[in-house]
Amino acid sequence: MKGLIEGQTGTWEVVIGLEVHAQVSSESKLFSGASTAFGAKPNTQVSLIDAAMPGMLPVINQHCVRQAIKTGLGINATVNLKSVFDRKNYFYPDLPQGYQISQYKQPIIGEGTLTIVSEDGEKEIGIERIHLEQDAGKSMHDQHPSKSFIDLNRSGVALMEIVSKPDMRSAVEAAAYIRKLRSIMRYLGTCDGNMQEGSLRCDVNVSVRKIGEELGTRCEIKNVNSIRFVQQAIDYEARRQVELLETGASIDQETRLFDASTGQTRSMRSKEEAHDYRYFPDPDLLPLEFSQNYVDEIKAELPELPDNKRDRFVSEFGLSAEDADTLVEEKATAEFYEELSNGRDKKLAANWVITELFGALNKSGIGLRESKVDAHNLGSLIDLISDGTISGRIAKDVFGEMFESGGSAGSIVASKGLRQISDSRQLTGLIDAVLSENHDKVTEFREGKDKLFGFFVGQVMKRSQGQANPKLVNELLKEKLHG
Amino acid sequence: MSNILDLNLAGLQKAIRDKNLSAKEITEAYLQAIEQNYQSNCFISVTEEKAIQMAKESDKRIERGEALALDGIPIGVKDLFCTSGVRTTAGSNILSNFVPQYESTVTEQLWRDGAIMLGKCNMDEFAMGSANTTSYFGSVENPWTTRAKFGKKLVPGGSSGGSAAAVSGGLAVAATGSDTGGSIRQPASFCGIVGMKPTYGRCSRWGMVAFASSLDQAGPLTRTVQDAAILLKSMAGYDPKDSTSANVSVPNFELALNGDIRGLRVGVPREYKREETPPEIENLWQKGIDILKKAGAVISDVSLPHTKYALPTYYIIAPAEASSNLARYDGVRYGLRAEQAELQDMYQRTRDEGFGDEVKRRILIGTYVLSAGYYDAYYLKAQRVRALIKQDFDNVFENVDVLLTPTAPSEAFAIGENDDDPIKMYLNDIFTVPTSLAGLPAISIPGSLSDTGLPLGLQVVGKMFDEESVLKVGDILESGVEFTLQEVGKQ
Amino acid sequence: MSLDKTMVQRVSQLARIEIEETQLETTARELNNILEWIEQLNEVDTEGVEPMASVTGHELPKRDDDVTDGGYPEKVLKNAPDRESDFFAVPKVVE
Ligand SMILES: [Mg+2]
Ligand SMILES: [Zn+2]
Repeated sequence: MKGLIEGQTGTWEVVIGLEVHAQVSSESKLFSGASTAFGAKPNTQVSLIDAAMPGMLPVINQHCVRQAIKTGLGINATVNLKSVFDRKNYFYPDLPQGYQISQYKQPIIGEGTLTIVSEDGEKEIGIERIHLEQDAGKSMHDQHPSKSFIDLNRSGVALMEIVSKPDMRSAVEAAAYIRKLRSIMRYLGTCDGNMQEGSLRCDVNVSVRKIGEELGTRCEIKNVNSIRFVQQAIDYEARRQVELLETGASIDQETRLFDASTGQTRSMRSKEEAHDYRYFPDPDLLPLEFSQNYVDEIKAELPELPDNKRDRFVSEFGLSAEDADTLVEEKATAEFYEELSNGRDKKLAANWVITELFGALNKSGIGLRESKVDAHNLGSLIDLISDGTISGRIAKDVFGEMFESGGSAGSIVASKGLRQISDSRQLTGLIDAVLSENHDKVTEFREGKDKLFGFFVGQVMKRSQGQANPKLVNELLKEKLHG
Repeated sequence: MSNILDLNLAGLQKAIRDKNLSAKEITEAYLQAIEQNYQSNCFISVTEEKAIQMAKESDKRIERGEALALDGIPIGVKDLFCTSGVRTTAGSNILSNFVPQYESTVTEQLWRDGAIMLGKCNMDEFAMGSANTTSYFGSVENPWTTRAKFGKKLVPGGSSGGSAAAVSGGLAVAATGSDTGGSIRQPASFCGIVGMKPTYGRCSRWGMVAFASSLDQAGPLTRTVQDAAILLKSMAGYDPKDSTSANVSVPNFELALNGDIRGLRVGVPREYKREETPPEIENLWQKGIDILKKAGAVISDVSLPHTKYALPTYYIIAPAEASSNLARYDGVRYGLRAEQAELQDMYQRTRDEGFGDEVKRRILIGTYVLSAGYYDAYYLKAQRVRALIKQDFDNVFENVDVLLTPTAPSEAFAIGENDDDPIKMYLNDIFTVPTSLAGLPAISIPGSLSDTGLPLGLQVVGKMFDEESVLKVGDILESGVEFTLQEVGKQ
Repeated sequence: MSLDKTMVQRVSQLARIEIEETQLETTARELNNILEWIEQLNEVDTEGVEPMASVTGHELPKRDDDVTDGGYPEKVLKNAPDRESDFFAVPKVVE
C-alpha cells in the first residue's frame, strides 16, 4: 500500500478526511436576490440582506436546494426530506450577520459514497453528509498598513459543504477524491469546480497512526485552494506529525494554514480562541421540506454520470478501462469523445483523443475549450483515414496542421496534395525503382533474410513522401519479392 | 367642530370625508401638540417636514377625489421599523446614527394607504423592557401622571412605551408597535388605550429591527377597537420577503365589529387567577365576564396548566434569539463604532458602549443558554415547554372561541421602580407572554380605573388568524365598560 | 447549574461584551438570580415532547433563482463607520 511513512519507530499510516466547500452553480445567492457572478467591483453584488442590515430576512433560493439534491443523488446519498437551517454564531468582520446560516444537526444530504482510482486500484470513499450554507464575504489584509478591507460580494453565496469520512490514506487518494467529486458536480452542473475563482475549497483533516492502531489526533488545514496544494499540505503535515510523535511529543488538535510559498503548514494564531458556535435553528426560516416525488423527478432528469459512462464505454465500445477512465473524467472531454465517436470506429476515435489531441493540448498547455480542433473536424480526419484517402502517418501531420491553424482536414489534405497513393500502377513504379536500386538487398532477402521486408516498405514510403497506401505497398511488395 | 386631537382615527376619516378637516390641518395640530409636550419624550425623532409633505400629498388626493383609506391620518412609528432616509435607532446608542436606506414592509403599507408619519416613537432598547426605562434616549412619561395627579412620573409600560404614551397623550391618533412578549398590550393597558398583537405571521417582519424572531410581531396602538381594526388592515398582509409571513388573506377587520357575540364561547383560564393579583384587577376581570355574558356569550372556566412556565420559557428563548440577532451590531458596517487599533477591542468597546445594561444582560443569558454543554438543559428544554404551552391553547380552543384575562398584573408604576430587580420587571408580562409563545392574536382594551385612578386593561386572546373574533369581543367590552380615554382625560 | 466568574468571562468573550474585572462578581450574581428563576422549568415533564422552534404552520417558501437585488454599493456603504474606496474598513486582522 502506498502513502505509508517509514519512521524510526515503525511504519505510519496517514489518515485523511476532506471537507470540500463547493459553490453551488446559481444566478443568485442562497438567501438573497443578489448576483453570484465572479469578479465584480467591491460591494456591488450585495443586497441589504447580505450586508445584514437591521430587519433584513432570508428567503431561500429553490434552485440551490435542487442543486444540493442533485449532488446528493450523484454520490448515491440519502436525501433528507426534512432538513433544518441553523445559525452558526461567531464574530468575524466578513461575516455580516455575526452568524452563518448553515445546517448542523439535520443536513439536506446524508451518507453517500464515491469511487476513486488510486495507486492500489479502485476504492470507495465514504461521504458523511452534504449541507447547504452561506459563504462569507472577503477580507483583504494586505491593502493598507493598519486596516483590513471587506468586500461582501461573496457574502451569502450558496455553498455545499461536502464532508468525507476519514477514508483516504495518501495525498494521491485525496487528489483523486477531489477530482472525482469535481467531475461528478460538473456532470451534474451543480458546481463549476473552478478552484482559482474559489468555487471549490478544501479543509483537509490529517492524522497519522501506526497501522492497526486507533485514529490519531488530527489537524485541520483550512481553505486550501488547489489540488496540488492539498497534496503538498498533506505530505508536509503527515511528515510533521510523524516527526513530532517519534520524538515522543503529542499532536495538538488545531487549525492550521497552508503557505503555498513554502509548502508548509502553520498554526493559525487567530483561531486559537476556543470556539463555541452556539448552533440553534434559525428562527427566520422554517424547516426545509420536500416530497420524495420531488426527489424522484430530479433523479429522473439526472445526466449519465462518469462511472456509468465509463462502464458503457468499456462494455459497449470495447475501450480499455484505462482509456475509458481518461475520457470520462472531464465532462467536456466525454462529450467531445461521444460526438467524435458517433458513427465512427470507437477505439480509433479514443486513440485520437487520448494520444494525439491530449498530447497536443498538453504540449501547448491549453485546455480542450481553447482547442482549434473541434469534434466535427477531427471526425472528418478520422473519416479520411477510414476511407483510405490518407494514411495514419499522414493523418498525424494533417492533425498537427489542424491544431495550429484550425483548418479543416479535407482542405489541408487537398491543398498539400497529401492524398494517399492507392493506384497499384503508380505504386508498382515506385516499388520497381526501389528494388532496382537495392539489388544486393533483394538477393539477401531472397536468400532468407526476411527482416529486410520492412526495409523495402520503408524505402517505398519514403520515396512516396509517405503518401503510399501502406497496405497496398505490402501486398505489391510481397508479390514482387516472392514472385 | 370638536378639537382635532379628541377625534379618534375613524372620526378623523369621517371629518376628512366630509371635508371638515384637511390632512394638513390635522397634521399641523399634532405636530404642535408634540412640540408642546416634548418633555414627555414620546418621540426619538419628529419628522416634521416629511409629515407636512405627506399631508400635502394626502390633500391633493382628497381634492382629486382619490382619497386613500388612511389619507390625512397622522401616526407615530415605533423606532424599530426601518424608515428610508429617517434615522432608526431601536432605542439604542449602537444605532443612534443609523439611517436605513429602505422602508419596512409595515410602514411601506401604511404610506401606501396614505398615512402620515409624525415621527419615530421612543421604546425600550431593542424592545427589551416593560417600562420604557431602558431606552438610550431616556424614559417616557405616561400622560396619566397628570391625569391621575400621581405624585411621581409614571412609566408608560414597554417596550412600545413611546407609541402608547403618544396615542394616550394626544400626540398621535394611532401608532405602530411591536410585541414580543407583551410590548404592545402591556403599555396599552398602562396608558388606557387599545393595543393589539396580531397572530404571528400576520404582519411582515421585514424591515423591523429584530429582537426575538420567533416571537416579534407588529401591531397597532389606537384609541378604539375600531381604529385598531382599520390600522391593522393596512399593516397586515403576506410578504414574500419574510419566510415566516403567513400567506393568508387579510379580511376587512372593521366588518367583524357587528356587536353580535350571542353564543360565542369565552374561556376564563383559571391559572391566570393569582394570589398576588390586586382585587381591583380581579374586579375588572369579573366586570369583563359580566359584560360578555350579558351580550350573550357563553362563559366557561378553562385550564392552561403550563401557564406558570411561560415566563421562564420566554426568558430562555427570547434572549437566545436576541443574542444572535444582535451580533450584527459590531461596528463594521453601520451604527456606532468605538475606534480601536485592534479588531477584538473594537468589537468589545463598541458593544460595551453601544448596548445598555438590560440588553447586555439578555445577550449574556442568551449566549449562555446556547453554549456548548448548556443548550439541551436550557434552550431545548424551553422549546419543549413552549410546545406544551402551545398544546394547552390548542386543547382549550377546541371548546372555546376566545379567552378573557387581565392584560397586566398591575397598574402603571413610577419611573425607576422595579429597575433594580429584573425578574420583578419581567413579571409585568406574566399574562401576555403565554400567548406570544403560542403565536396567538390578542388585544388589550382599557377596562377601568384603579383605586389610584390609573387605567387597567383586559386581554382577549383568539385562535390563530382569528383576529376577527378578538376584535369583535374587544369591541363589545369597549362599549360595555363605559370607559373612554377622552372622557377620563377631560375630568 | 450556577455561573462562576470564569464562565461569565467566557460568555462575555463569546458575546464580545466587555465586563470589567470588578464587575464580574456582580454580573455573575445577577445572571445567577435569573437562571435560578428560569430553572423552575426543570419541574416540567417534557419526556417525549418535540422541541418547538416556530409556531408557523406553513411550508418554507422558496424563491426562484433570479437576480433581483444588489447593484447599489452606495446604499450598502452609506452608514459605514469607516470605508476605503468601496470597501468597508476595519482594524487590521492578524491571522
Ligand atoms: Mg471546516
Ligand atoms: Zn462550511
